[in-house]
Amino acid sequence: MNIVEVDRLTKKYGDLTAVDQVSFSVHEGEIFGFLGPNGAGKTTTINVLTGLARPTSGTAKVSRFDCAVEIKKAQQIMGIVPDESNLYEEFDGFENLCFCAALYGMKKNEREKKAKDLLEQFGLAEAGKKPFRAYSRGMKRKLTIAAGIIHDPRILFLDEPTTGIDVASARQIRQMIQNLNRSGTTIFLTTHYIEEAERLCDRIAFIVGGKIVRVGPLDELMREVQQENVLQLAFAEGISNLKSSLQQEFPDVVVEVSGNQAIRLRSSRPLNLTPLMRFFEERNLPVYEARIMRPSLEEVFVKITGIELERMKQEKEGKGKQ
Amino acid sequence: MKSWIAFWNILLKDMRNYYLKPPNISWGLVFPVAWTLMFFLKSQTPVNVRELLPGVISLSILFGTTSVLAVTLTFERRSRSFERLLLAPLDLNFLMLAKTSGAILFGMVNAFVPVLFASLMTSLSGLQWIPMLGAIFLIAVTSTLLGLFIAVSVKEVFEAQTFSNFFRFPMIFLCGLFIPVQTLPLFLRPLSYILPLTYGADILKFSINQNGHLALSLNFVVLLGFATVLFALSIRNVKRKWIY
Repeated sequence: MNIVEVDRLTKKYGDLTAVDQVSFSVHEGEIFGFLGPNGAGKTTTINVLTGLARPTSGTAKVSRFDCAVEIKKAQQIMGIVPDESNLYEEFDGFENLCFCAALYGMKKNEREKKAKDLLEQFGLAEAGKKPFRAYSRGMKRKLTIAAGIIHDPRILFLDEPTTGIDVASARQIRQMIQNLNRSGTTIFLTTHYIEEAERLCDRIAFIVGGKIVRVGPLDELMREVQQENVLQLAFAEGISNLKSSLQQEFPDVVVEVSGNQAIRLRSSRPLNLTPLMRFFEERNLPVYEARIMRPSLEEVFVKITGIELERMKQEKEGKGKQ
Repeated sequence: MKSWIAFWNILLKDMRNYYLKPPNISWGLVFPVAWTLMFFLKSQTPVNVRELLPGVISLSILFGTTSVLAVTLTFERRSRSFERLLLAPLDLNFLMLAKTSGAILFGMVNAFVPVLFASLMTSLSGLQWIPMLGAIFLIAVTSTLLGLFIAVSVKEVFEAQTFSNFFRFPMIFLCGLFIPVQTLPLFLRPLSYILPLTYGADILKFSINQNGHLALSLNFVVLLGFATVLFALSIRNVKRKWIY
């Protein structure tokens, strides 16, 4: 079942088309990654879905509620974590969470209990009494996520949740995202950390220049750009002298020696492991590791969008530091 | 019920974060005192405190509400914490009522500071409390909505202050607070009658000194009309400018 359905969504700001005829859906219970460079239309799409922007044309629905017409009903079931922590600087962690819960109509004892539980769960119990302005960036992100889920939303929109925070906090946040998803919350994630998306997401959409250039399950996207099969083998001893005999035995395979104790075999067809293993066995060369090399999501992204990943990272992180 | 929980908590949050802060409390005290003192020092003849009271009350409400609401809303927009309210499942009219109710209360409390000072200097017997309270409430509502109108029109906190003054200072002279509207040059009088404070000040003059120059019922109807139109305009502007 789809929890988000976007159909030919267009959003224009004057002459600028921020989102152009975008269509995609998010399945209930999945982690959906929305990837693209700065200005691609990610935040605009989230803004339309969450009610901060109105579509110029097309429809965006969350749990079958049209976001242009019944946004207040849709907002009941969604949690939103913006790209910048926007809680109240004067309030401490506990008060911030209680206030956010009150916005969803939760009663005093219910919201205080939930706030305490979340502070505990996010490792912020100690910091619960400190004003938000005294929090570190990582703590701010964690508390903002906690505020986004205090009313137990069915879908959580996470906009760049790990940008500009330390490695340990980013790791904790990724773990939280996975835990939340396991407990049944659908996650809509935008990130410019491709490896993060690769690790977390079930399905991914690439958006560039306001248009979706590809959407699909992670495996499917990777298969699409996988033009050859690559197998890497590791040995206990030197094998550089084997290259020519191996090439003779397997003429369809391109052999690359990688260091003294590893080789990489490339083929346009799937590699049959049995004759390969026999070849090494006959020469008394035990294979310690055999790894099928798949393209990374990073390669997929670069291939599909033509965008240099490093440039995208620099742009985003530059923005995050401002 | 759920909406009222949100309403109450937004009001409490604003009270705590903005209205009960020492600089704002002192603004409520210092401003009316400064105005009253100015008349005492400037006047060659003994000052009639009761005559001054309608003007000082009106100014205290006007300056208190417009400043605080315009600045706090602009500040919340800048820090994006206002987005949190827009993303909550609350009807926009209800949300804006919650946001403005704190400023309205603040304005009403401000109004009683000059009343308190006046009671120390002169007798306040014969005051017509019911129309006076009604006027204080409606001046607070219309001034707050003027603050909201300003907040929607600017992006920076300093712009909010500058833009507020653009409206407020002419109102001091045009609304009959200290200079009766009837004595203004003829070409300025139409301007007086398109400003809600003129009607509020007139009710206060009637309630305190029995010398209003317009019918009481007319003043109330016009003020209610201004409040409704300003609220509708502000909501329209919020939808147009803040929900892109």
